[in-house]
Amino acid sequence: MDFDIAIIGGGVIGNMIARQLSAYDQKIVVLEKNNDISMETTKANSGIVHAGYDAKEGSMKAKMNVLGASLMEEACKKLHVPYRKTGTLVVAFDSDDEQVIKELYQRGIKNGVPNMRIIEKDELREIEPQISEKATMALYCKDAGIVSPYELSDAAADCAANNGVKYIRNFEVKSIDFQNNKFTISNGTDNIIADTVINAAGVNSDDIAKMIGDDSFSIIPRPGEYGLLDKSVGYIVNQVLFMAPTKMGKGVLVAPTTHGNVIVGPSSYDAEEKDAYGIRRGELSNVFKLASKSVPSLPVNQMITSFAGVRAHNESDDFIIAPSEKNNRFINVAGIASPGLASSPAIAQYVEELVLKNHNKELVKKDNYDDSLPAPVRINSMSSDEKKRAIAKNSAYGRIICRCETVTEGEIRDSINRPVGAVDIDGVKRRTRSGMGRCQGGFCSSKVMSILADELNKPINEITKFGRDSKIIYERTK
Amino acid sequence: MLVIIGAGPAGMAAALKAREEGIPDKEIIIIERAKSPGGILEQCIHTGFGLHYFKEEISGPEYAARFIEELEKTDIEILCDTMVTQITPSRKVTAMSKEKGLIEIQADAIILAMGCRERPRGALDIAGTRPAGVMTAGTAQQFINIEGYMPGHTCVILGSGDIGLIMARRMTLEGAKVKKVCELLPFSGGLKRNIVQCLDDYNIPLELSTTVVEVHGKDRLTGVTTAKVDENLKPIPGTEEYIECDTLLLSVGLIPENEVSKFAGVQLDPKTKGPIVDDMRETSVKGIFACGNVLQVHDLVDFVTMESQIAGKGAAEFIKNKDREKAYATTVPGDRVNYIVPQKVTVPVKENLNFYFRVKNEYKNKKIGFYINGEKVYEKKERKLAPGEMNNLLIKQEVLKGLKENDEITISVEEA
Repeated sequence: MDFDIAIIGGGVIGNMIARQLSAYDQKIVVLEKNNDISMETTKANSGIVHAGYDAKEGSMKAKMNVLGASLMEEACKKLHVPYRKTGTLVVAFDSDDEQVIKELYQRGIKNGVPNMRIIEKDELREIEPQISEKATMALYCKDAGIVSPYELSDAAADCAANNGVKYIRNFEVKSIDFQNNKFTISNGTDNIIADTVINAAGVNSDDIAKMIGDDSFSIIPRPGEYGLLDKSVGYIVNQVLFMAPTKMGKGVLVAPTTHGNVIVGPSSYDAEEKDAYGIRRGELSNVFKLASKSVPSLPVNQMITSFAGVRAHNESDDFIIAPSEKNNRFINVAGIASPGLASSPAIAQYVEELVLKNHNKELVKKDNYDDSLPAPVRINSMSSDEKKRAIAKNSAYGRIICRCETVTEGEIRDSINRPVGAVDIDGVKRRTRSGMGRCQGGFCSSKVMSILADELNKPINEITKFGRDSKIIYERTK
Repeated sequence: MLVIIGAGPAGMAAALKAREEGIPDKEIIIIERAKSPGGILEQCIHTGFGLHYFKEEISGPEYAARFIEELEKTDIEILCDTMVTQITPSRKVTAMSKEKGLIEIQADAIILAMGCRERPRGALDIAGTRPAGVMTAGTAQQFINIEGYMPGHTCVILGSGDIGLIMARRMTLEGAKVKKVCELLPFSGGLKRNIVQCLDDYNIPLELSTTVVEVHGKDRLTGVTTAKVDENLKPIPGTEEYIECDTLLLSVGLIPENEVSKFAGVQLDPKTKGPIVDDMRETSVKGIFACGNVLQVHDLVDFVTMESQIAGKGAAEFIKNKDREKAYATTVPGDRVNYIVPQKVTVPVKENLNFYFRVKNEYKNKKIGFYINGEKVYEKKERKLAPGEMNNLLIKQEVLKGLKENDEITISVEEA
């Protein structure tokens, strides 16, 4: 199949780039190696829209973060993605910490972070009543906040697909050849031809770059482990709480999620494997212990799930967003560790500029490009009258499948029928929240499987958790 | 209108009792989220039900059928495939269904009979990956008994709750290999008869003071690591054992489903995780009653039925006389007792009362002491007591007749 532009990697970065480039009259494809998009770093991270005081002045990270954070609200509005300006706090516990906070503040000023100030103990306690007595001061960024990372990614993909981008899932790139002035991307059986390649392959982006002989960087998989607490204890934190980084480490965050849960973590270590999605023994209790420094009353017994994500760290500690030295039509978008999510709208714009400069065809803007999505039906957040109207239009919105999160059959069917729709149980979960609640799918997973089987026209025992061999059930009973 | 939430054994028994107490059929409605009544009994195809209530041993679906048939003879409406999304302190019930859309009912009384859910993996600190093949025992039971599919072929079960024990046998009968059942505590939380009939009879080992510390496998589960735990329930290094399996079933506790109750302002007992109720099973919110597993997790459905009849009667009495004021004595768990239901007793006491309670540990040859304001008024010898078996203490009205407002009832387990 021939395309003008191939994007490798359907995470939030690849999808935001796809949405941005779908404004042009070009044939674009996104190649995703997993059964679904958004399944790696995108699905398992803190979901923070950082303010931008962290990164070194002048770095790519600093530029992308500050710009990205300023673009996030509008992107989320257009794509109907949960986003909230909760504000973030970097909390100090002693005079060393206070010094660090003041330095962060200065760096923030240089990076152009808006609406940032240092607050004293009393104000801190007022806006964050559960904070430790030992907290002395905090750097307060009012405009920073939280976003649902996989929902942003999935919505960007849907938007891109609506604008003509083709998504191919279960396409694991094995080789890339450059011949006759075109790239041939192969998964071993099928070939994709493209003029420009965008390498947004996350933790695997170094392996992808090596396929064209570019070994200028390497990715160090750096996992982080998290615990997620039930919504009933959502009151324990209002802002995103970071700790002032010390010689002992960066500490962990305690933060609200856009759906009202509390996220605690992440830990950090360098792994050998790029798919180190396991939680190490004893590590969760370490995470909770660290977090109790900020919130001593942390209700650990309200944990509903735990998970690990893998950061795509690289030695330069900065984003690598540039055409490869080996081929200027092979654009690396690599090393997108934190604050990658916050930066994603800016990265998409920047990559657009790089494509405009390096692509070998004229790029013409389409007349019918639409960078927004129609609002999805979300029964859970509707008023009684809105619910009545929605059910009157489609009775499937009246049948609740997931009790904990109030997700209806209609919403689940919609999630499967979206432009880049769900194809497995975890995909339905990310798109609808069915199974995200306190029972973790105990009641709804078999119902979700039946709906998937029905919509995808497959036998129920072929429905998987997340593709490949992740089958839930096997043959018929005796 | 009497609105009953849930058409499982609790809701059905409560409805029939309220009817017997004079509430007209047309004034009773049961709202059920499943497509048909019966509740969790429908997937409990094993026997062992009805020994106390019907004095014979029948299967779960048969037990449910007896109540469904009774209800079919009446004009009580059961609204199936309908989920209650909200109840208010003033007893307005909101529900949703495909067929009827959004329904709002102003109830005179409400009986909560929503049952319970299983504690999932996420609530446990188990390290490792998150592959397919880790599920609660009840989910596996649903796959096998309702959907008719095998959820796996080699299995480890964590937790020796009754559903886990039942599923050990069920998986074995379906040809799967159940390698072992691990129980974190030094004793099982399940019924003794289930340990004998579901594990011993099939040579399935039960390892006490053992837990699963890590889950392995990228796509589907490939194995688990188990370890012994010390007296603080912490894994003991060096005792790890890797067991190859494609399925890990969890039977690590049941949690009453009180999300809807909480919104109505119903106060919960932190021990039972169900509402605080009086002897008629009325909650802290006037006119809202609770029974069955939403109130306290039961071992035997027979006791659910009996408890629900009390709630049905209580709700009927409330509808007939909404203005009555109640005065209460309270119950307080004493030595070695974890909780008591009911938590409050209406005074003066007009009939014999059953007190349900669970003990904290396994005990042999002890006495149960029943105290009013610190004075022992009744005692009874018990050969064996275990947390996995709910105890039931019947106290005669004549013992309780002097009970006054704010008196304190205590039940203790003491040396014989």
